[in-house]
Amino acid sequence: MVDVVISGIGQSAVGRKVDRSGIAMTVDAVIAALADAGLDRKDIDGLSTYPGKLTGNLAHFSPVGTHELIEALKLRLDWYNGGGEGGAQQAGLLNAVAAIKAGYARHVIVFRTLKEGSGSLYWQQAAGPSAQRQRVGDRFEYLMPFDALTVINYVAMSMQRHFHLYGTTRRQLGAISVNGRTNAALNPAAIFRDPITIDDYLASRMISTPMCILDCDAPTDSSIAFILSNAEAARDLRSTPITIEAMAGALHSAASWDQTDMPHMGAHDAARQLWSRTALKPTDVDVAQLYDGFSFLTLTWLEALGFCGIGEGGAFVEGGHRIARDGELPLNTHGGQLSAGRTHGFGFVREAVIQLRREAGERQVPGDPQVAIASAGGGPQAGCMLLTRR
Amino acid sequence: MSDSYQRPLPILTDENRHFWQGGRDGHLLLLRCRDCRYWVHTPQPRCTNCLSEALTSEPVSGKAEVETFTINIKPWGKGMKVPYVIAVVALPEQPGLRVTTNIVDIDPEAVYIGMAVEVRFEQDEDVWLPMFAPVAN
Ligand SMILES: [Zn+2]
Repeated sequence: MVDVVISGIGQSAVGRKVDRSGIAMTVDAVIAALADAGLDRKDIDGLSTYPGKLTGNLAHFSPVGTHELIEALKLRLDWYNGGGEGGAQQAGLLNAVAAIKAGYARHVIVFRTLKEGSGSLYWQQAAGPSAQRQRVGDRFEYLMPFDALTVINYVAMSMQRHFHLYGTTRRQLGAISVNGRTNAALNPAAIFRDPITIDDYLASRMISTPMCILDCDAPTDSSIAFILSNAEAARDLRSTPITIEAMAGALHSAASWDQTDMPHMGAHDAARQLWSRTALKPTDVDVAQLYDGFSFLTLTWLEALGFCGIGEGGAFVEGGHRIARDGELPLNTHGGQLSAGRTHGFGFVREAVIQLRREAGERQVPGDPQVAIASAGGGPQAGCMLLTRR
Repeated sequence: MSDSYQRPLPILTDENRHFWQGGRDGHLLLLRCRDCRYWVHTPQPRCTNCLSEALTSEPVSGKAEVETFTINIKPWGKGMKVPYVIAVVALPEQPGLRVTTNIVDIDPEAVYIGMAVEVRFEQDEDVWLPMFAPVAN
């Protein structure tokens, strides 16, 4: 069986607004990842991204696809892949793992670039005044006519149902936001670094009940790139290889936001599949990087991955002691997307690698972390990966 | 360019017209399989239970229960009126049969999960939006 490792990581400047084009930021991230691995671009034979290049109102969500990068770096590829459907934000990684295991490629660049800090999204366009009445079709047709315009509304409804079924409270959930900010203070690249308290959280502006502004991540301009390699091919590289022990992107529940099973969602399907692909157990995990596009999604992942029981996420995170950097399950040690900025799932994988390499500096978790988990997605989409240092 | 906010409306097609225009006659119409009697929502090309092509639209009772909801506070566009309630309601006709909607004719703060609601329609251009309000009495 072919083992796949993460052999290089790279990140562009990250900010609310970065004065560089999407492709320029992507090239920055890829050059950094190549240097980290000790590879030349001529060694690269594969390329993968998600969701591929988007145009029109969604251009800021994904301004760069495979074609732009192939041209910009004169890559000569045996395999490449992009597209907007798959195991959530980790789909590009999942596909790269499959390609390497199949022997289609040996060293694959996987990237994700956003210009969301600079730009707007479809729903903002739809809600704005325009000369012509907006007509919508396809996947949001049964949501947007009810002014359910944003994922914030959909996740808020899942939160509300979780609160109802299990007695989860805002005070409990807020510990995830506070923990992220505490960790971000130790991350020089984080967007928000001023500490917040649970009282700040409880007093913050409500967006869509019960979700407040501090439950929402920060749109950014950013690019992150990884090099995934066949472990044999990566043997003599410069960096410490981090093994992808298992990956999963299962979806057994509904594929649309309007029909997904609230509050449990696709995370449970992917998580179940992840543990079926490894001998490791939740208790073996030393550091967890769980998607927090919204704080509630992290709670979902904690339950789905078995770090606590279904419905027990609120009690698990309450007070923040268990999830602190020196707690039993250090969580989102770079600040998460809530505080470090929305890198759309990729920041979690990068931080997992940094922690396993013990290169996290001031925010390095204590002990000798050997196993990390990273997840991405919410609602009907989910992907997760288990990483080990061997 | 109009400064007053207008909700996005669906693009009407042969596949969805029953849902968005059934309200003209006061009915919430969903697709149903003539062979196995399964309700199919959102619209699909065949019955998702037995794969029969024998789908036709039929009225549901219009009664429902609030499965979950959110009070949207933030105005997303110029002129948008807030707060308003977005909800997923469960229809009694079949387990898992659910529709996203707005809960209307009630103080948003008074909406709760499990609340009994019934359909009423709001016409906007050529669309009859199925809204839900608390059951009278
Ligand atoms: Zn049928």
